[in-house]
Amino acid sequence: MIAVIDYGVGNLFSLVSSLQYLGLTAKVTGKPDEICAADHIILPGVGAFADAMNKLRETNLDATVKEQAAIGKPLLGICLGMQILFEKGLEYGEHDGLGLLKGEVVPIADDLKEKLKIPHMGWNQLKIVRDCPLLKSSKDGDYVYYVHSFYAKNCAESIAAVSDYGIPITGVVANKNVMGTQFHPEKSGEAGLKILSAFAEL
Amino acid sequence: MITKRIIPCLDVRDGRVVKGKNFTGIQDVNGPVELAKYYNDTGADELVFYDITASVEQRSLFTEVLRRVASQIFIPLTVGGGINTVEDFAHVLSCGADKVSVNSGAIRNPELIAQAAQKYGNQCVVLSMDVKRVNGKFHIFAKGGREDTGMDAIDWAVRGEQNGAGELVVNSIDTDGVKQGFDLEMLEEISKHVRIPIIASGGAGKKEDFSELFRLKSVDAGLAASIFHYKELVIRDLKQYLKAQQIETRV
Repeated sequence: MIAVIDYGVGNLFSLVSSLQYLGLTAKVTGKPDEICAADHIILPGVGAFADAMNKLRETNLDATVKEQAAIGKPLLGICLGMQILFEKGLEYGEHDGLGLLKGEVVPIADDLKEKLKIPHMGWNQLKIVRDCPLLKSSKDGDYVYYVHSFYAKNCAESIAAVSDYGIPITGVVANKNVMGTQFHPEKSGEAGLKILSAFAEL
Repeated sequence: MITKRIIPCLDVRDGRVVKGKNFTGIQDVNGPVELAKYYNDTGADELVFYDITASVEQRSLFTEVLRRVASQIFIPLTVGGGINTVEDFAHVLSCGADKVSVNSGAIRNPELIAQAAQKYGNQCVVLSMDVKRVNGKFHIFAKGGREDTGMDAIDWAVRGEQNGAGELVVNSIDTDGVKQGFDLEMLEEISKHVRIPIIASGGAGKKEDFSELFRLKSVDAGLAASIFHYKELVIRDLKQYLKAQQIETRV
């Protein structure tokens, strides 16, 4: 069973539907015992970094996620869920993340050299920079769907794939059992379903 | 790099997809789930669903359609039509929408954009504008294009962005359903004043209309209905054509 953590942020309909479509059992839950009983954990999220962290802390789920990550359970953060895996986020001030991955989350706009639109929204190609189990069925050039204004930086240790937006945008991160995608695999057609499927096989 | 997006728009009434010309003369096209699957399989980058019914019973039929589509198709879905309150946002989001498009509801209550953006994030709020030339100016029309609000389209777009809209759909009433190409003049003028992504709508009649559209760097996506519904143009073929014209698309 895959636990999709419900902490009051984001729309989980598509994520749960795509997991079910793949024949997987998913449970949307905010209960620590159910999260601990799951084989896999997905940390979703849309919205702002600080809000998401506050909500996780208020419900004490930050401790549950860290503890489960520490015992080696496969954990996948999606979009903002990936961003809060990092040490800190610089969205409306500086905020601590879960600290499961080294690096920080910063505004894309500050690093762009050309005047491109913000948010980075739409389909972009993956460039795989390091093999990882999450990408075992993916290939360079696969298109995935992004929508975000902040990105993970100084995360050389975990970066597995990037997409080009004038600068390399961190797309996939993985460090052992802790993984994340900045894009939405549940909105990325076949390419995204392959990634969710690879995660479920871990 | 981010690709240019091709987005079919499905107007849904009584649980069926319909299409009109210049906002009137509505015809039945197809079942929405079948059509959505067809678009997903032939390379659509997103889908837009407009609920063009108003009554409560039909509204529940629409959300049932939305649920069925959203549980089978894994590309972004935008929903519009009859969105007047933050509760309307909550309702369609819980049925599988990823983005919500507001039009008349935002004209009646401009605060709606800010309220929804605060609650769901800018990426979730799409401001859809029906624009028509009136005495050499671009005016915003309400009520499905029937009523001139007198508001200037550029001011409205800028205000929408400031209030937190994450994307703009610019629909030209002058070119809608005429199939003589997108309203490039209008799109260029509006795009000069905003930085959020712009989806062009109204006027697509052939593949060349899309290559001309995408020569405007500031336009991110092209939206069309009948040309795709009646299979006059298959999105996969359109994308191959655009690729040959050095326009990047998800092929």
